[in-house]
Parts: sequence; structure tokens; C-alpha cells
Amino acid sequence: MRVSSLSLTLFLLLPVSAAAQESRVHTVAGEFAADIHSKKGMGCESCHTGVTQADIQNPASSSKFVIKRERIPQLCGSCHADVNRIKQLDPQAKLRSDQLELYRTSAHGIKFTHGDPRVAVCTDCHSTHTIRPSSDPLSSVHPMNVAKTCERCHADADYMKPYHVATDQFAGYTASVHHEAMVAAGDLSAPTCTTCHGSHGAAPAGLKAAADVCITCHVQQAKFFEESPHKEAFALLAAPSCITCHTSHLIQHPDDAFVGTGAHAVCSDCHSKADPAGKAADGIHERFQRLKSEIAGAKTVIDRAQLAGMDVEAAQFQLAQATGALAKARVTVHTARLARVDAEVAEGTKIAAAALADGEAALKERDHRRKSVILPLFAIAALMVSLGAYLRAIEETEVAD
Amino acid sequence: MNAPAIIRGWLDERLDLDELTGPLKSKTVPQHRHSHWYYLGGITLFLFAIQVITGLLLLLYYRPSTKEAYESVQFITNRVQFGWLVRSLHSWSANLMIFVAFAHMFSVAFLRAYRKPRELTWITGMVLLLLCLGFGFSGYLLPWNTLSFFATKVGTEVAGLMPVVGHPIKVFIRGGEDIGPPTLSRFFALHVVVLPGLIMGMLGLHLLLVQKFGMSEPPSVEKEWDKLPETRREVKFFPNFFLRDAMAWCGVLALLLVLAALRPSELGTKADPFASAPAGIRPEWYFLAQFQTLRLLPAHIWLFDGELVGVLGFSLAGGVWFALPFLERYLGKNSTLWVRVIAVVAIAYLGSLTLYAYFAK
Repeated sequence: MRVSSLSLTLFLLLPVSAAAQESRVHTVAGEFAADIHSKKGMGCESCHTGVTQADIQNPASSSKFVIKRERIPQLCGSCHADVNRIKQLDPQAKLRSDQLELYRTSAHGIKFTHGDPRVAVCTDCHSTHTIRPSSDPLSSVHPMNVAKTCERCHADADYMKPYHVATDQFAGYTASVHHEAMVAAGDLSAPTCTTCHGSHGAAPAGLKAAADVCITCHVQQAKFFEESPHKEAFALLAAPSCITCHTSHLIQHPDDAFVGTGAHAVCSDCHSKADPAGKAADGIHERFQRLKSEIAGAKTVIDRAQLAGMDVEAAQFQLAQATGALAKARVTVHTARLARVDAEVAEGTKIAAAALADGEAALKERDHRRKSVILPLFAIAALMVSLGAYLRAIEETEVAD
Repeated sequence: MNAPAIIRGWLDERLDLDELTGPLKSKTVPQHRHSHWYYLGGITLFLFAIQVITGLLLLLYYRPSTKEAYESVQFITNRVQFGWLVRSLHSWSANLMIFVAFAHMFSVAFLRAYRKPRELTWITGMVLLLLCLGFGFSGYLLPWNTLSFFATKVGTEVAGLMPVVGHPIKVFIRGGEDIGPPTLSRFFALHVVVLPGLIMGMLGLHLLLVQKFGMSEPPSVEKEWDKLPETRREVKFFPNFFLRDAMAWCGVLALLLVLAALRPSELGTKADPFASAPAGIRPEWYFLAQFQTLRLLPAHIWLFDGELVGVLGFSLAGGVWFALPFLERYLGKNSTLWVRVIAVVAIAYLGSLTLYAYFAK
């Protein structure tokens, strides 16, 4: 997008032949037909102020179409920052009108105001003549496409060199749990770049920092963190809350190995095996493993009973509850208090034990059912033998006759 | 005089029992090296009788509505005394019946027992097999669980592939465009009223024809006996053959009990018409070969839809097989060999595609 908008500007600055001008007009007209502005009844002159129908066909007028890059935010803002104009175009007022104002507070906007033309302007993200609403899956700013749009600049090490910022965010994000939720599970509410960093402004509305965004979905985790000793400790160390343990872009599925002082545990970044907090972390890890193994044990028994055609609906419900208790206990880890986790794990253990008991009862019933056919089987065998003996007796008599 | 003798005397006076049971007493069955194949027909009949008995018992509790069907089967399986056994016997005997019916059909083909004058016996037998498949297809949906729901959806889609009449047939079977309450009502009516009525009539005709023409002797045995008439051996149908039949039935009943006890029918989860189909959905094993063939066929074969070609191919092959007694004469002197080759190819195709579909991911 960055390259295309610059090349378009350069292209328009060059003198062109009549045929090239006509071809260019056809291409742009084709693209613009799908543009939301075109659908709202706007034409070329809405942005390319001063051009006429005659200019479109006239190669000598190509320079009239040029919109200088430094004018773009202001040009878009001439409508999009005008509440009355937006209301006129969108009577249901779904569109905001604060994009320009927010843009000016963003890193892009601040740098642009200070004369850096390389940073993103409206058209770099939204395109020039094929602008679609963000709800359109073909739009470059549709949730599914946002990361790809940002990646065009932010994963380009050469382009980002003067800004001294990392260029591995996209690689990290695409390997993250959030990207998986967005792309694999098709959950459009899953976080993408703009969810944490804001789309036009420096941060999402109402939030001071990108890290604060986590709490908008992970409410319970944030609540437990507030109650934990980590809150004060992190504040003293000026360490960001969620990111310190979970990282920012490459956020992985947290598993039980995260907790404790083992090789993959994040606790071990600050705590040793010997210190009390390290021991508590190991204790939490051990309890998770224990409950997990209890649930797995109950599941094996219940699955065996189900395969034998037994009714295990109640046991499966209990198993789901025990799994829920484990999930709850895993969230409670954010309190960083062993006693709190212990209470949740104990609840899960109780339910898993009940599920196991139900599963074992079902297996007993299965065995009972199996035994119940032994007697009829003997009776059938006896009948078969009797029939055979009777038949032999008849046939022997027939032979003798 | 004891009580049975009094009753017999009373009945004999009115019905002339000797005249009634005369044909049964005089009926004989050829005894030769292929005689064991004769028992397959009797075993199929026995399994059908178990179907009727267990089906009637299930009817005492089953409720044919989408709101109650699953729950009623759940009740039968978990709450009714020996309900699990009755349901499992019904399900296992249905599967065994179809398997034995296929085996019976192929044994008749291999022994060429369909030859004149038994063409109608073959035709009625084929119709009975189709009715059994209809029983299987309609009965599978009745528990209204996820597997049966989606398998029926797939099965009825196949019916819809037929040119011109496909769509109306699909809508008629389903009672609408989709599987829903009308489908269950129709399948229930089909399973407990329409098909039993048809099968009783067809079974009566089949047994009448078997009784009229007796058991067929295989051509090879017939030749040997024609050469050396003194080697011809026969046993009385009653009681000798009947007792052997009864012993085979006992064996089958024991097998059914073991299967029902070791692998009772599962119920799974209740069907949710709005849920997406679970992965690996497939019909019952006796439709797997056709199902897998349709999956393997390309989307287009020349100018035609691949699945349509498949369905037409099955119909054509089935039609040829149906008309085997009438087409055999066109196979020339080696007709026995040709029929055997066709039967072996059919068994290899059905067996391999069924196994492939069963183990395919």
C-alpha cells in the first residue's frame, strides 16, 4: 500500500500519453466502483477537487489529479472529522468522526506532523481507490486482514531501520494464541494489532497502555492479579503486568509448565526453587498435575464404560465440571497464593472422584450385565446338545430300519 | 388318555391334521457336500423373527417424536429391566440378518439355485433383501442421535442424486427439504407398518415357492446323481433338517447374546439439527461400499456429475444382478464360470470398499 500510493503519485506526476491516460482512467474507474465512497454517490471530484469530466480524458490534465501525501490526512478529515457531513452520509451514525484527532495523537500522526512522510497515512492502511468498510472481508482493515496490513511496514527491517523498533511483531503474533483464535477459529473478536495499539490513536479509547487491553477480555485474571503480591512487586520493578509473564506478541497457550521453577516456568525468572515463593509455585504446579491426572484417570474409566454401551451421561457431566474446576484453578494462579489454588483444586478433586465412582459403578453394571447372559448361554448350549442327541437317535433308528 | 392326546384328537377331528402336516412329513432335503449353505435361509428367517419380537418389545416404550425419541431410547437402555439387552439384540440381529441375507444371496448365486423353475424365488429373495436394507435404513434414524441423524442426511442426499425423480424422492422421504420431525414420523411409519406389511407378504411368497420347488441341487451334484442314481441322498425335512436348522438357530442366538453383552448398542448424543456434522460421518456398514465409491468418484465424469454416474452405475449393476436368472442364458456354455466370476468380483468390490471406508480417515 505504501509503495502503491507513492508510485501512484509519481505516476500521476509524469506526463502521459492519451492512450495511457485512458487506460489509467479505466483501471481506476473499475477499482473505484467497489469503493465505499463510490457506493455513497461520491465521484473523482470529491477528493480530486477542481477536476472536471473533460480533465479525465485529457492527458495534459493528469497533474490535476495529484494529491500530495502531506495533504492526505487533512483531505480525509475534511469529511471524516466533520460530524455533520458524516451524519449526512451515514444517518445511523455508525461511523466515528474522531479519526483525525486520534491520528494526531498516534506515533504515526506525531511523526507525520513533524515532517516524516514515510509513516502511515490514511491511504496506506485503507487503500486509495478501493476503500471498503472494515466489516467487509475484502477490506485491508477487516479484523482478519489488519495484521497483514500492519506487517507491510512493520515487518520490513530496512523500512523500519530509522525508527529503531523491532520488526518481529508479525512473526510473533502469527504464532500466538490470539492469531490462532482469529484465523483458525474464525473469532473476529480475537485481538489483532489494532485491538491493543489502537487503530487511529496511540491506544484504544479509554486505555492508557497497550497492556491494559488484556483485562478487557481476561477480567478474572486481572482481578486476581490485583489481589496478588505481584501487583506491588511489579509496580516497584516497573514491570508491565500481563506482558512480563505472557510476552506481548508471541502469546502462547499457557500450560501447567508455565508455573513452578521448572525449565519452562516463567516463575523461575524471578524465583528460585529454594525461596518460599518458588516453593509455592512448585506446589501450585504439583496440584495442577495431580488434578489433571485424576481427571484423566476418571475419563479412562468413563470412556471404557461408554464403549461398553453404558449410560455415563452423569459421569461425563461431572468430568466436565472437574475440568472446569481445573480451568478455574489455573485462573486462580494469578493470585499467586497456594491456599487459593488449593481450594479450587480440592473442589475439582472432589468432583473427579465422584465422576470416577460413577464410571466404576457403570463398569460394575457392565460386568453384571455380562454375567447375566452366562446362564442363558448354558441353557442354549444344553438345548443344542439335546437337539443333537435327539437327531442322532432319530438317524440311528432310521439307519437301523 | 392324557391331555395332549385329547387336544390332538379334538383338533384332528376338525382339521384333519394328518392331511395338513402330510407335505411337511413327506418333504425331503438333498444331502450333499454343499448342503450347509441351505441353513442360511433358515438363519435369516430366525433373525427376522428375533427382529419382530425385540421390535415389539421396543415399541412398548419407544416414542416417535423428535422431542421424545432419544429420551425414550435412553429410558429403554438405562431404566427398563433388560431394556439394554432387548435393544442390543434388536440392533445386532438386524446387522446379522443383513449379513446372512447377503451370504444367502451369494450362496444361491454360486450354487446357481436361481435356475428354472426358481426364478421367482430369486426375485422374491432379492426384494426381501432390499426390504431388509430399507428396515436398516429406516430403523437407524429412530434413536434420533447425532450419528443416525447425519448418516440419514447423507443417505437421503444420495437418493436425491437420481436424475429428474431424485429431488422429489428426497423430499418425499424426508417429508421436506431437510431432516426433521416429519422425517422421523415417516421413517417410523415405514419401519413398523409399511415395511413389515410388505415383508410379510413377500416372505410368505418366498417360503411358498421354496416349499413348492424344494431345495435346489447344485448342477455338479445333479450331474453326479444323474450318472449314479444310487448315490443320491436325501434327509427328511421334518424332523431331521428342522432339528439341524434349530441347532444353527441356537448357535446364532448364543452369538447374539455374547455380542449384545460384550458390545451393547451405544446411544451417543441427541441429534441437534442446527449443529455441524461431526467428522467422519458415514452410513451403516451395508451402505459403506456405495458411500465410499461415491466419495472416490471425481466431481465430473466426462459431461456428467460424478455422483450421478455412480448412482446410475449402482442401479444398473443391481438391475443386472436382479435379472440374473433371465440373463444367464446369454452367457453361453461357460455360464457357471461367468456367474462365479461376477459373484467373486461383487464380493471383492463390496468387501474391499467397505473395509476401505471403515478404516479411511
